[in-house]
Amino acid sequence: MDTYYHPKDLGHFADMGKEAPELWQKFLDWYTAVFKEGALTEREKALIALAVSHAVQCPYCIDAYSTSCLEKGSTPEQMTEAVHVASAIRGGASLVHGVQMRNHIAKVSM
Amino acid sequence: MALLTLANSKSPLADTATQRTTLDALPLALSFAQATAHAGRAPLRARAVEILQVNVGKRCNQACHHCHVDAGPDRTEVMPDAVVDACLRFLERSGVSTLDITGGAPELHPRFREIVTRARAAGRHVIDRCNLTITQLPNYGYLPAFLAQHQVEVVASLPSFAARQTDAQRGEGVFDQSIAALRQFNAVGYGVEGSGLLLNLVTNPVGAFLPASQVALERDWKRELTRRFGISFNRLYTITNMPISRYLEFLVASGNLQAYMDKLVTAFNPATVDGLMCRTTLSVGWDGRLFDCDFNQMIELGVAASAPQTIVDASVEALAGRPIAVGRHCFGCTAGAGSSCGGTIASPG
Repeated sequence: MDTYYHPKDLGHFADMGKEAPELWQKFLDWYTAVFKEGALTEREKALIALAVSHAVQCPYCIDAYSTSCLEKGSTPEQMTEAVHVASAIRGGASLVHGVQMRNHIAKVSM
Repeated sequence: MALLTLANSKSPLADTATQRTTLDALPLALSFAQATAHAGRAPLRARAVEILQVNVGKRCNQACHHCHVDAGPDRTEVMPDAVVDACLRFLERSGVSTLDITGGAPELHPRFREIVTRARAAGRHVIDRCNLTITQLPNYGYLPAFLAQHQVEVVASLPSFAARQTDAQRGEGVFDQSIAALRQFNAVGYGVEGSGLLLNLVTNPVGAFLPASQVALERDWKRELTRRFGISFNRLYTITNMPISRYLEFLVASGNLQAYMDKLVTAFNPATVDGLMCRTTLSVGWDGRLFDCDFNQMIELGVAASAPQTIVDASVEALAGRPIAVGRHCFGCTAGAGSSCGGTIASPG
């Protein structure tokens, strides 16, 4: 079955450097530095990346960071909790905009 | 739940030649010999033997999903007396400093205690590769105190500090029994600072992916095993799963074989080659045949024809400098930070 997102396409990510190699290299250097151990461990950063992958719903990122989390030593339970954190923020972000709705209701209502 | 060994389930992969041809049929970017040549280390040659790793048999009280030995309760291969005697003679007359006893569950061998006692009496460092649950069987509760008495280093398998992952790899109920065993080892001083009794844990990934950073994982494990169970240990060794035997069967059945091999090849790290365990280890099979490592032993890839073929004929001098027998499975030891029976080899490349 054909699909818009194909898992093998992730292997072609570096093709994005073909038309703009300098920008690609800057991105790559920055990206690599971001995920190195610092104040946060590599494992913690991978968990954050997994959560964000779900928030932005990037299928390539979900595959890549599911593997990365396992390879950094996270358990499926920890990874599931990270996805719940992302989901809670997404859900909460919708709900908190209810305040905007209520403000508007208050403004236009008698 | 009892798992079947490849041998007992009549799997085609029970045949070691089929394992090798399965790997050889894959399209890969390069061969292992090419990879070591690029690293300036071809052909790979052995140095002096430092570790005698003796596989005393394939019998085991467990049958783990990833087992490279295809060990299990239904296996009958046990090292005969003549081979045990030859191993001890070799150890006692050579300058080899370490005896690494493995299996199966090595403690099931009827002469396990004698092997340990004689090796220690000869002043050798002894490692027991313990599956932990063996200590929970009737008649084997003596092990922690016995091993402590002889100052044997215990290298114990535990894939995860979480029950579900451990049981998924090693069988239902293994985690709880392993925790009970670790508490017993701690109780006799193993893993306790200042005791001199080494309790090192081994973790293999529970799936088709590479192991985590050993340093980072050890830090997490020490925190979690202390917090959850009050257990202490010395070192954590991360070991990459080799694409052979039951792990190969898992890779084939789950459709992960090609991607896993591509991952191993892509992650080839030249900095691991100098420290590969095959260069300083001599592996002895239950029947006395010699191999460059326990993995080669399990796919029946023997030492070079120019070297002695059995422990009866072995000498340190005749084995030094032999070319190492290699195959595609060897990429498992050179991926990322590398892998050996003593954990990682080098910094990730």
